[in-house]
Amino acid sequence: MTRIGVVTFPGTLDDRDTQRAVRVAGAEAVPLWHRDKDLKQVDAVVLPGGFSYGDYLRAGAISRFSPVMETVIEQARGGMPVLGICNGFQVLTESHLLPGAMLRNESLHFVCREQKLRVENAGTAWTADYSAGQEIHIPLKNIDGRYTADERTLDMLEAEGRVAFRYLDVNPNGSQRDIAGITNEAGNVVGLMPHPEHAVEPLIGTAGTDGLGFFTSILKKLVAA
Amino acid sequence: MTLDTVAHAAKTPDTEQPWAELGLKKDEYERVREILGRRPTGAELAMYSVMWSEHCSYKSSKVHLRQFGEKAPETDALLVGIGENAGVVDVGQGYAVTFKVESHNHPSYVEPYQGAATGIGGIVRDIIAMGARPVAVVDPLRFGAADHPDTKRVLPGVVSGIGGYGNCLGLPNIGGEVVFDACYQGNPLVNAGCIGVMKHEDIHLAKASGAGNKVILYGARTGGDGIGGASILASETFDDAKPSKRPAVQVGDPFQEKLLIECTLEAYAEKLVVGIQDFGAAGLSCATSELASNGSGGMTVTLDDVPLRDSTLSPEEILMSESQERMCAVVEPEKVARFLEICEKWDVIATVVGEVTDGDRLEIFWRGEKIVDVDPRTVAHEGPVYERPLARPSWQDALQADDANKLARPADADELRAQVLRLVSSPNQASKAWITDQYDRFVQGNTVLAQPEDSGMVRIDEETNLGVALATDGNGRFAKLDPYAGAQLALAEAYRNVATSGAKPLAVSDCLNFGSPEDPAVMWQFSEAVRGLADGCLQLGTPVTGGNVSLYNQTGDVAIHPTPVVAVLGVIDDVTRRTPVAFADEGHLIYLLGDTEEELGGSAWSQVVHDHLGGLPPKVDLERERLLAEILISASRDGMVDAAHDLSDGGLIQALTESCLQGGKGARVVVPDGADPFVLLFSESAGRAIVAVPRSEELRFTDMCGARGLPATRIGVIDGEEIDVQGQFSIPLSELKDAHEATIPNLIA
Repeated sequence: MTRIGVVTFPGTLDDRDTQRAVRVAGAEAVPLWHRDKDLKQVDAVVLPGGFSYGDYLRAGAISRFSPVMETVIEQARGGMPVLGICNGFQVLTESHLLPGAMLRNESLHFVCREQKLRVENAGTAWTADYSAGQEIHIPLKNIDGRYTADERTLDMLEAEGRVAFRYLDVNPNGSQRDIAGITNEAGNVVGLMPHPEHAVEPLIGTAGTDGLGFFTSILKKLVAA
Repeated sequence: MTLDTVAHAAKTPDTEQPWAELGLKKDEYERVREILGRRPTGAELAMYSVMWSEHCSYKSSKVHLRQFGEKAPETDALLVGIGENAGVVDVGQGYAVTFKVESHNHPSYVEPYQGAATGIGGIVRDIIAMGARPVAVVDPLRFGAADHPDTKRVLPGVVSGIGGYGNCLGLPNIGGEVVFDACYQGNPLVNAGCIGVMKHEDIHLAKASGAGNKVILYGARTGGDGIGGASILASETFDDAKPSKRPAVQVGDPFQEKLLIECTLEAYAEKLVVGIQDFGAAGLSCATSELASNGSGGMTVTLDDVPLRDSTLSPEEILMSESQERMCAVVEPEKVARFLEICEKWDVIATVVGEVTDGDRLEIFWRGEKIVDVDPRTVAHEGPVYERPLARPSWQDALQADDANKLARPADADELRAQVLRLVSSPNQASKAWITDQYDRFVQGNTVLAQPEDSGMVRIDEETNLGVALATDGNGRFAKLDPYAGAQLALAEAYRNVATSGAKPLAVSDCLNFGSPEDPAVMWQFSEAVRGLADGCLQLGTPVTGGNVSLYNQTGDVAIHPTPVVAVLGVIDDVTRRTPVAFADEGHLIYLLGDTEEELGGSAWSQVVHDHLGGLPPKVDLERERLLAEILISASRDGMVDAAHDLSDGGLIQALTESCLQGGKGARVVVPDGADPFVLLFSESAGRAIVAVPRSEELRFTDMCGARGLPATRIGVIDGEEIDVQGQFSIPLSELKDAHEATIPNLIA
């Protein structure tokens, strides 16, 4: 069975939800502990949402130095698929696996809503089950979610098709160019602020199952490989 | 200064002591001396003063609260009752659910962010102390007038505090209330509720038994925050003349609390814990005296071993500190190493600070000297009990005679339309999304329903779809008009809200917010409300499992409206059968269940249109409530209704507006023959709900209501993009939406 690791840092909140999403998609969820460098031979890793280390200093800034991240960073550079959701996205930018940074929401408030997104890049390891231009609804909840980068980086991301998701209708946090998520050049590392793991069962919330595609995409890719 | 040891105290009986500054009355201080047979040491005085404060001892409310036990309905559902950190209810399939509502009113006025944040922290620790994993929180909130400048200080701080702390813990916020009324201007009510889930065999109690077992303090270091919070802040009326009380409010660290939750649950899973107690009001004084008092023996504690944030703290301050995110576990000696290992894994500081003894004294040492030597029961459970004088207020008759049914009503259809828009855009009736969107309602991935639904609902078993629902309600205006009926109306509304969602009401918790118990009028309100609630729970078969009393909610001589907030917990066997509020399907029929009388006393209409409070609240008929609930639950289980919404403040028009806006569908409403459109739309008669019935189910549904004797009136159909009340007015959904959603952001943001 395909093994997908889900990292727990102190202060991680959505780890069990993410494990459930992995299981719903049909893969085996493998809990990974922040102090442990061993990735237990997983085929891919998800860094879930939450407030790792209380978001103290800066969201993701402490977690990136944890032992588990040493291995994650090394293997991600070698092509292992990594998905960072919300706080996980923040950890990925702090780790320089993805460019840019997150600022406090423009409203200065925490925001929790069902968010409409457009899938801009359906070619990554985590988005192959979507089609480019597809519109999906996924819950979003954050206080430091305003994606920011310098103009040159933003232009590069746009030119290389590395803006993976964009907010539609409402930009909930004031991110530049309505960016909700991005990918690295190779398409194996993806980070986004909204929470696909909260949209994998029809009953929960009212967002439907639009988030399941993240987990089925990676599963198909790994099974095919 | 010499250390005030037990030996020193015995030798210096005439030393002046600051009992009054610590909130003790003269006779209470005399009683402490009598119990000890000498004067208390400074540390003992600190302990007695906090534990005998109103907040910790319930000394004014106890004689009334006994009714919850005396009138408890027969039930098999209650696994743990009143007196523990929280009650525990059997919800089937081997699961037990614990829930409780508490107040953090006074601290939230002084420092809104930290006051509200630590309110969440405290209630969550109560739930973990029972052995449960917390699964959701709710927040019943009350503020002063929405347009008062100070509300703009208090509300955003409270909301950020609840969000900042709760979101960081990973607990979905699924319900609660937001109410504005000038009576709460100087005394906002910040209540917080939490639900936890465990298996029956995992229930833990606050009990220190087994001589030789170790007492482990774990969590945050002890600092100087919140010293005297319980005794001074919660037990006295605010008075502008006194100095700032800011230092008495605690400061929270939700990250530390999240670690505490995970580490405690892991210790439970390995069966390492004999007894456990959270640190709430009165900190170490409370935790040690309650643990020892509930257990079979005594306890010794070495205060020098308590990890400190501030090394200059005196032993009295250490005992009184209300530093957050601390807990106390009693662990068998051979399991201590493993317990400490789990704490280390979660980066939680844990220290053995004492031991259970086979004596009956709580002894506390500092620098090798004994500074406390007391019978813990006299501290924790045998505090003073007052039969406070009570008297029906002199103004009660005049208030009830000021009949709201006689207020001027809309003269024509245009005025009726205008008043509908005023009502749905008034602060109390307007959408609270600006507030609730600052709370994470999705985390844990089990949220089935969240605000603005009638009740919050979470799934507790992924295989069987077993779930629980929680609703909290309270109407201070009704309770002011008649506290007995007001408490029952709060109970009825919460009970109904659980049932409209499709869940079966099981048990009750409450948070009783009142003015000063030293005022006989307030004490009368309190006693009436408790009597009403106890009688109501007996009749509905839903036991009170625990709760909280918050007194001294007044500024000067003016008390808040008596505000009993009632939480009802329900169970639903299959959460896929839940009933939402939204009207989603065109063509489905709208039925009004129950009887509509001319009842405008205390209504939202009387407040919004006439700024009036008078007359009598709606009549209470709990047998009708029970029948309505049974019908709603059956209809949900058997797929006869697609939507249901309870009727409460704002009456039918408010419920229709909410159901239509949430579903994005309009409604065509026909006023039944002989009914007065104004009364139909605005009356707040209890025991009512609206439901959306698919045409294919109409006959089955009306047959059921007919056979059971519940009035069911077809009042319209879901259709179009407006609410159209035939022959009266029509309002486009877009206009309703703007009116309903703009108010709160305009006032507060």
